[in-house]
Amino acid sequence: MDEVRTLSAQLAQDPHSLVFLRLGELLRQKRQLDAAARVATLGLERHSHLADAHDLYARILSDKHDYERAFDEWDMTLRIAPTHTGALKGLAFLYFKVGDLAQAQAHLAAAKRATPDDPSIDQALALLRTAAVTPAAARGDNERPAEPAAIAERVEPLPEAQVFAGLEGAQEGLLLLDAAGLVLGGALRSPAGENVTDAVAAYLAGVSQEAARTAKLLNLGSWRGLSAEGGHGHVHLTQPTPESLLLVVRDRAVPLGRLAVLGNRAAQAARRWLERQ
Amino acid sequence: MSTTPAFAKALDRVTRVRGVRGAMVVSGDDGLVVAEQVMEGIRGSALAALAASLAHRLRRAMEAAGVGTSVFWHLHCDNGALLVVPAATGVLLVVVAEAEVNVGLVRLELLKAAEALP
Repeated sequence: MDEVRTLSAQLAQDPHSLVFLRLGELLRQKRQLDAAARVATLGLERHSHLADAHDLYARILSDKHDYERAFDEWDMTLRIAPTHTGALKGLAFLYFKVGDLAQAQAHLAAAKRATPDDPSIDQALALLRTAAVTPAAARGDNERPAEPAAIAERVEPLPEAQVFAGLEGAQEGLLLLDAAGLVLGGALRSPAGENVTDAVAAYLAGVSQEAARTAKLLNLGSWRGLSAEGGHGHVHLTQPTPESLLLVVRDRAVPLGRLAVLGNRAAQAARRWLERQ
Repeated sequence: MSTTPAFAKALDRVTRVRGVRGAMVVSGDDGLVVAEQVMEGIRGSALAALAASLAHRLRRAMEAAGVGTSVFWHLHCDNGALLVVPAATGVLLVVVAEAEVNVGLVRLELLKAAEALP
């Protein structure tokens, strides 16, 4: 409740702030759906063109089983932000619920294009494929689509230890650190198979600050990534958030440019994971 | 700052690439400027110190990770880039470039220039 109180106080202090998004979501997760709906509608009054606000309200309505209005809110979200992953997954859930598997699949495919490394979309697509080949009667659900527990946000969140679940090299070539060089997730192994996570993390502490100072000195704006080519492998560093640092390590067969792409995907996964913490 | 002919030649080589704003040779051990052809408005000594410090951290981390010592590194920023090649002699060849620079070409020229250093 402390976080609810803190966020409520922040919102009371600055009613125009976007903190209502976090507060509404927190209340939704705590199943205080009426309070969450009040927060979301008040937020929408002030931010009627904010896609995330419509998405939040849609999730709350969906949890309240008000699917028709949830559909409208997700539809509005997509009018504002056509590739909004949350809205695409939400609409996929609603289409699945009424048995329109083709539309559900189309929306999930669009979500996948917008966020290629979101493992929950792959799980939902797999569920859809199962539903498509299993007649309703055989599923024993009396013509009603199965409750789509794995669709949209109903997909179980990733376990905390699996920050990079589904990404290549999650436990041997991806590492997420905080600003002090402490490991938040992932792991690194040397080519010989030795666990080198802690040693590498310790040496990388402070790199973010130095990269930022260098970029500032040169008037280059913010730094986006640091790619390095070694004698036996390549590394790429990026900042998923201002307080974290992500390292991707691969052998020399993976070109530096591709490593940057892998790094950006891993950074998206890390951001989502950090937001959930 | 006096510039030996070998360093001057190395810097000429890389600064000819379109999009390169300036270049310098930095002592990898102490972060001091050895030679420079850096653009106006940049404090060469500060850049040299930061580049050497970053290179040092990266080298330690890369060695710990088992990927060997750094051959080339590239700091990507919103409005440009810093590209660095450590030479065998212990100096760093450092380039400051615009965002649209051909990074592959600069990398090649840096590696050739580093090889040619005494």
